[in-house]
Amino acid sequence: MALHREHDLHRRRWGRNLGLGLTLGAFIALVFGLTIAKVQNGSQMQGYDHSYQPELDSATQTPRATP
Amino acid sequence: MSDIRADFTGQTGTGDAGFGDYVQLLKPRVMSLVVFTAMVGLLVAPVGLHPIETLAAIIFIALGGGASGALNMWWDADIDAVMRRTAKRPVPSGAVQAGEALALGLGLSGISVVMLGLATNLLAAGLLAFTIFFYAVIYTMWLKRATPQNIVIGGAAGAFPPMIGWAAATGSISLESVLMFALIFMWTPPHFWALALFMNDDYDKAKVPMLTVTHGRRATRAHILVYTVALVPVALGTAFTAIGGPIYLAVSLVLNALFLLGAWRIWRRDEDTARADHYAVEKSVFKLSLAWLFLHFTAILIEATPWAHALARLIGWEG
Repeated sequence: MALHREHDLHRRRWGRNLGLGLTLGAFIALVFGLTIAKVQNGSQMQGYDHSYQPELDSATQTPRATP
Repeated sequence: MSDIRADFTGQTGTGDAGFGDYVQLLKPRVMSLVVFTAMVGLLVAPVGLHPIETLAAIIFIALGGGASGALNMWWDADIDAVMRRTAKRPVPSGAVQAGEALALGLGLSGISVVMLGLATNLLAAGLLAFTIFFYAVIYTMWLKRATPQNIVIGGAAGAFPPMIGWAAATGSISLESVLMFALIFMWTPPHFWALALFMNDDYDKAKVPMLTVTHGRRATRAHILVYTVALVPVALGTAFTAIGGPIYLAVSLVLNALFLLGAWRIWRRDEDTARADHYAVEKSVFKLSLAWLFLHFTAILIEATPWAHALARLIGWEG
């Protein structure tokens, strides 16, 4: 006799865990896809991106004249 | 230990719901309407999104709709248990604890709003947040148990998805998105009152002040006719805007003629006649109303295609 009897409870838990796992997997895939889409569009994004961009460097900006 | 106890009792027990029970909390049938109308709002907008952004926007709008459904089931568990139509829902049936429904609803609300904001823009996220608030708080917690106008005002919650879809694409609200909102908003009362006519016992038992309970069936029949008459100009008028066209007009003319005929038949009937044929007319009008909404939004979607534009030019619609 098997030590661990398969019960409806176990099937439900397995289904729940599987469903949650797949949902999280789909969410990660979606966020990854979104990231790729946003980077490809390049809209409203600017950063140093491993290359120096003087317009983002506050030290190179001319200070505004105070009245 | 709990496994052995489950063997003895033979009950599902709390906290051991299947994945499907949690999906049921999100009202998948309502979600399908949300997905479809939001998708139409997104696709007919003059600004196109990246396909992944479109997919994400639709998923997060649907998730927001599902979250408000879970919050509704948490709050309404007491009346759901009384009504035959809703007694098998996960909370009243005992499959899911009310607290779990609340946690799921709040969690998904946060995720869907934040993610929609990140995927598209803040206006769309704000509209989604307001929709969830409107459905869960204004409709579920307040209007539903307070006034027979519950579904008239509460219908706004179901009308927002195409507007959110449009806002996700364009970042704005315009006449076209307001018209799509108005289509669903005006359609909701006759649709639900037709349902209430053949589900009246349920609402009566649950003490929900539906129009059938507070004002009687005769008044409800009259209201269905009046609201259907009010719906027709909104539906037909949409044909002459940027999202309409000749195909939409043809579809809308047929559907509104049928809907008006159905509403008129409901108005003419008395309760004895309706009971005798088990509310056949009311049930057929309810089904027709579902087709009415689906086909109107399908026609709006078709009007956004190049073929529909070509047809419109061919017959001089735009000229």
